[in-house]
Amino acid sequence: MATKGKVTGIIANMVVIEADGPVSQNEICFIRHKGVDLMAEVIKVLGNKAFTQVFESTRGLKVGTEAEFKDHMLEVTLGPGILSKNYDGLQNDLNKMKGVFLKKGEYTEALDPDAEWDFTPIAKAGDKVEAGSWLGEVTEGWMPHKIMLPFKFEGQFIVKSVALKGKYRTKDTVAVVTDEKGKDHNVTMMQKWPVKIPIRAYKEKPRPFKIMETGVRTIDTLNPLAEGGTGFIPGPFGCGKTVLQHAVSQQAEADMIIVTACGERANEVVEIFTEFPELEDPRTGRKLMERTTIICNTSNMPVAAREASVYTGMTLAEYYRSMGLKVLLLADSTSRWAQALREMSNRMEELPGPDAFPMDLPAIISNFYSRAGSVYLNNGATGSITFLGTVSPAGGNLKEPVTESTKKAARCFYALNQERADSKRYPAIDPIDSYSKYLEYPEIQEYLKKTIAPDWVEKVTLAKDILLRGKEASEQINILGDDGVPIDYHERYWKAEVLDFVILQQDAFDKIDKSTPFERQEFMLDEVLKVYNMKYKFTSFEEINPFFKAVINIFKQMNYSEFKSEKFNNYLQQLNNKLNERKAV
Amino acid sequence: METTAFQKIYTKITQITKATCSLKAEGVGNEEIATVNGKLAQVVKIQGDTVTLQIFSGTEGIPTNAEVVFMGKAPTIKVSDELAGRFFNAYGDPIDGGPSVEGKEIEIGGPSVNPVRRQQPSELIPTGIAGIDLNNTLVTGQKIPFFADPDQPFNQVMAMVALRAKADKIILGGMGLSNDDYLFFKHIFENAGALDRIISFINTTENPPVERLLVPDMALTTAEYFAHEKHQKVLVLLTDMTLYADALSIVSNRMDQIPSKDSMPGSLYSDLAKLYEKAVQFPEGGSITIIAVATLSGGDITHAIPDNTGYITEGQLFLRRDTDIGKVIIDPFRSLSRLKQLVIGKQTREDHPQVMNAAIRLFADAANAKTKLENGFDLNDYDERTLKYAKEYSRELLAIDINIEIDAMLDTGWRLFAKYFNKSEIGIKEALVAKYWPKN
Ligand SMILES: Nc1ncnc2c1ncn2[C@@H]1O[C@H](COP(=O)(O)OP(=O)(O)OP(=O)(O)O)[C@@H](O)[C@H]1O
Ligand SMILES: [Mg+2]
Repeated sequence: MATKGKVTGIIANMVVIEADGPVSQNEICFIRHKGVDLMAEVIKVLGNKAFTQVFESTRGLKVGTEAEFKDHMLEVTLGPGILSKNYDGLQNDLNKMKGVFLKKGEYTEALDPDAEWDFTPIAKAGDKVEAGSWLGEVTEGWMPHKIMLPFKFEGQFIVKSVALKGKYRTKDTVAVVTDEKGKDHNVTMMQKWPVKIPIRAYKEKPRPFKIMETGVRTIDTLNPLAEGGTGFIPGPFGCGKTVLQHAVSQQAEADMIIVTACGERANEVVEIFTEFPELEDPRTGRKLMERTTIICNTSNMPVAAREASVYTGMTLAEYYRSMGLKVLLLADSTSRWAQALREMSNRMEELPGPDAFPMDLPAIISNFYSRAGSVYLNNGATGSITFLGTVSPAGGNLKEPVTESTKKAARCFYALNQERADSKRYPAIDPIDSYSKYLEYPEIQEYLKKTIAPDWVEKVTLAKDILLRGKEASEQINILGDDGVPIDYHERYWKAEVLDFVILQQDAFDKIDKSTPFERQEFMLDEVLKVYNMKYKFTSFEEINPFFKAVINIFKQMNYSEFKSEKFNNYLQQLNNKLNERKAV
Repeated sequence: METTAFQKIYTKITQITKATCSLKAEGVGNEEIATVNGKLAQVVKIQGDTVTLQIFSGTEGIPTNAEVVFMGKAPTIKVSDELAGRFFNAYGDPIDGGPSVEGKEIEIGGPSVNPVRRQQPSELIPTGIAGIDLNNTLVTGQKIPFFADPDQPFNQVMAMVALRAKADKIILGGMGLSNDDYLFFKHIFENAGALDRIISFINTTENPPVERLLVPDMALTTAEYFAHEKHQKVLVLLTDMTLYADALSIVSNRMDQIPSKDSMPGSLYSDLAKLYEKAVQFPEGGSITIIAVATLSGGDITHAIPDNTGYITEGQLFLRRDTDIGKVIIDPFRSLSRLKQLVIGKQTREDHPQVMNAAIRLFADAANAKTKLENGFDLNDYDERTLKYAKEYSRELLAIDINIEIDAMLDTGWRLFAKYFNKSEIGIKEALVAKYWPKN
């Protein structure tokens, strides 16, 4: 019999329930408030008292209200139909909710139970299968969606039968499997999984060995993100975290994108709702919405569900990874999740860590990041989750707990710099402080050499040196004055500026400039390095500034033109003419 | 408020602190309102049979045998067209001597709009101020604060923007407003003949600080009524949100919560977001736009209040005095409107985005030249030109006393470019330069 309880205490969204039976940590319960069930999660147990965080406003709730425990943790529903949906943090389908305003205790089905799917069997009677094994396939939109043996099935099973090719509904039985004791189990296209537990239906998790193209030059060229890798973008408010993530979500080379809007602005999600059904995926020509699922728990939605939202996103990503797909998971902003943890921890009067965050924050964050990665599935196929989160450091100070904890967990660090943002040098990623650990991986270096150019890694290193030396030169000029330094300091500074303006800066709102494929990135970096390697004749520092400004201006026109179009080539010609004006013989 | 048969009455308070009192009571709901010796209070915590109430006007003089009456509901306001032109206190009671308002009674601080039922904000709000229209264009459904030190004329600028904004309703939420500022708003709205469009909820410095906590919810719930049910364009002015946040910290400190940065409650982000996110564009045409003020201390935007605000709002307008021209300007570096890209170059002239960016970039070059000068270095010709440009840019476009059309702002931009720079120095797309560069 299910454990029941009664509310005995209420502090904001923390509700204490006296239980009449066993309860477990993270168990879900429903509080029956005025005829509506409010969902809550157990976050601490003390004797027969369960401390729960309620995923709803607790306004009007009274002590003595009855509650029922559900004997399972917070779960998501997995199956065809997730693609292109707009969910809240608890995987309620937002489009199925009635009315303009969210109603307390209104929960909607994540999948469409009556939808019919074209099923094609993959496994056959007699096959040995285990959790995650592909039994069949349906087409979800354009995507081959594998129907798997549910992840909750433990041990080995033998397929007894698989449904014939045909149309089936989500809850129809499409396979029967027999367990080791000889018992039969029906399998439908739908299964449930607790979000806080990683799905481990894979054989091996190798180190990332490929690059995920994002179309953002300062990422791809300088500090590439690996497929199956992790990265984060910390930055003060207004420096461009969200714009950068949206750019990546539009252009990244992934089969599926899960965008988790975690405690941020509703209008930013509305932008995705509005634009993604219209915008095209440059690689496939399909609408972006066709490869996107949105999890949206904006800042005005209940705080506890904010924490759930990142886990919901990760679990959906793991589900699709198990089908052998390349998934990109984005979360904006993971700081809001950490703050949700802090609010609860404070209400439970736990001993606070730095800045009143819970003591175990670093562990929670690194556990979460560790769920990303490339995997070899049990059938040998590969799948991956690439995770890119944003962090919103209090006061823009990167020494705060969430940034520091995340830095330990993520392998790419894209620090947004306030000064760059102030001077509209977007994306404001600091080229010198930021890094990608993947560049040091031999397997990644190999990959870059093979797919881009044999000397690509050296070129990237050179580009970074140019930037560093440009920065040093600019510091010297600022200390000693324009004519207090040798003239080649100015040259050095301006060569770095060329690289900055042409490669690093990118207009996220320009149709052409916003996305640059690797081929074009390689071409442009080569052109910039040509400018760098050339010898010039200047007689005074005053000639340098206008010359390079003109060079930058031509380059920018190139960035705004279709690659290798006539216009583009004309500018290239102009560029060469310009360079020749000052070429030392 | 009269008592009715359904209300529960108690007379035995067991604990009194500066802002709260506790008593044993039954059947009380979370966030329910009550009166304690006639003072309005709200339930903030229930533990077993002990209920803790926050007393908005403070607990001074409350005896242990005070009469506590529970109202069985959260704070409410009565909404109808009668609200227009009226002034209320934080509880929604008239302070203009007029009769109380009849209408539909609704709870304040109600639920959020389902994100999929929102519309993308898309209607430009012209203000005539180039520091706003050109560089930080406002859009209906946006939420944006002024960041300013207390000595800046933020209330004046806000009132000006409000009156030029062509809103159907302007709702003023005044928190810790000085009496002078309250009268300023009253007069300027009266003089503009706009009183019938204005509804004000006012907490002045003479009122207890904790009462302020009700003001934004009163204003925003009223706004929701007009925007959602009457499809009106509503502009909500909230000043000063820093004083609102201070009141939050008073309450949380008195309830022994662990403070986070700058002694603000750990929930500050969520508390502020709940208010600001009420800004919305409804598909049926109604909208709520929020313009707020968050005063700074010594220009410090890293303090928890402006910091959390900046993370929530869709940009900020930063006021500062430009000593070079002796006027208050909207600082182009630290100001931002994140929704501007929805309208600029689309509802405004095609060259808007590029002119805006180029003009600011050149202004940044001037700032560098200035640093050079201050460090005692010679300026080169380019530096000299940027400095001259900056002065004129500041006077003709950034100053808050500008009132021109957006096309005129763009033309001014081009004129200044041509006056001080050559075409290759401004980094604008060639097609636009060809079209807009002044001919003579
Ligand atoms: N690549 C870019 N190109 C042009 N403009 C940009 C770019 N990146 C950012 N911006 C400008 O900066 C503004 C703020 O960017 P964004 O909303 O991404 O900031 P954020 O770091 O996410 O801030 P917050 O932490 O408050 O959410 C944008 O509205 C846009 O005007
Ligand atoms: Mg953002």
